Amino acid sequence: MLELTLNHYLAVSAMLFALGIFGIFLNRKNVITILMSIELMLLAVNINMVAFSAYSGNLEGQIFSLFILTVAAAEAAIGLAILVVFFRNRGSIAVEDVNILKG
Amino acid sequence: MIEALFFYLFAGVMLASGFMVVVSRNPVYSVLFLILAFFNAAGMFVLIGAEFLAMLLVVVYVGAVAVLFLFVVMMLDINFAEMRAGFQKYLPLGLIVGGILVFELVAAMYGDAFSKASLPVASEIPNTTQLGGVLYTKYAFLFQISGLILLVAMIGAISLTMRKRVGVRRQSIAAQNSRRREDVMEIVKMPSDKTKAKDNAAAGSVDDK
Repeated sequence: MLELTLNHYLAVSAMLFALGIFGIFLNRKNVITILMSIELMLLAVNINMVAFSAYSGNLEGQIFSLFILTVAAAEAAIGLAILVVFFRNRGSIAVEDVNILKG
Repeated sequence: MIEALFFYLFAGVMLASGFMVVVSRNPVYSVLFLILAFFNAAGMFVLIGAEFLAMLLVVVYVGAVAVLFLFVVMMLDINFAEMRAGFQKYLPLGLIVGGILVFELVAAMYGDAFSKASLPVASEIPNTTQLGGVLYTKYAFLFQISGLILLVAMIGAISLTMRKRVGVRRQSIAAQNSRRREDVMEIVKMPSDKTKAKDNAAAGSVDDK
């Protein structure tokens, strides 16, 4: 219990990932909270990668975690930009209002 | 011993603040709890020996992404209360799916070979030096491509949110530079005093007739 193993980190990251999925289910209407839940899930993935990297003595996991961080930052920037443009055009960010392409 | 205590502290605060991100009524509080979760994740990274990524997490996530979220939440004028309708309806489904996921992941990791592994002895070389040595040699192309991704994201975000407003005077440097004298200046033939007098005389003579 007081001896830290890889499993501790993996369990925490699994719980954080499940929390992200839980958030997506719970806040189906609010795009901002969905984006934040995605950030939580990416953080969980990062913890997983770094834990495996540290416990196997291999740096590749940390390198890939760095790239995940890059992609997550780009994703957040683009997602929020789309959100701002959508709000400007429709006056709402509710997910069910995103139906312009629906026939 | 002390490491384990810190691990439980960081993990507990991180999971609690992650939960608050999801269930919080006000999105501003959600963003602030997200920042707390990122700080605690950075603490866990330090604990595991990845100092560089911990600092990167603080700089990139707390300094850029979370502030971006905060900015957007405060900029958009939205009634977040009415967006929470159906919160109760989706709660059981979310709990079931999340519970199954946690159960499966935890069940998969116990009883596996790596469960008994303990942290290898920390090397003499600092983590940042090690990462730099690999990042700029073996992964140089990937590093460049990640820079390109950030550039594309920046250009995309700017071009998405830029708009032309009517009624605002703007400087158009291209239009200024492409102005030619022939287009904007016109030579008007004005009658001088002498020709005017002659014209008057001619008009007078016409009147006389």
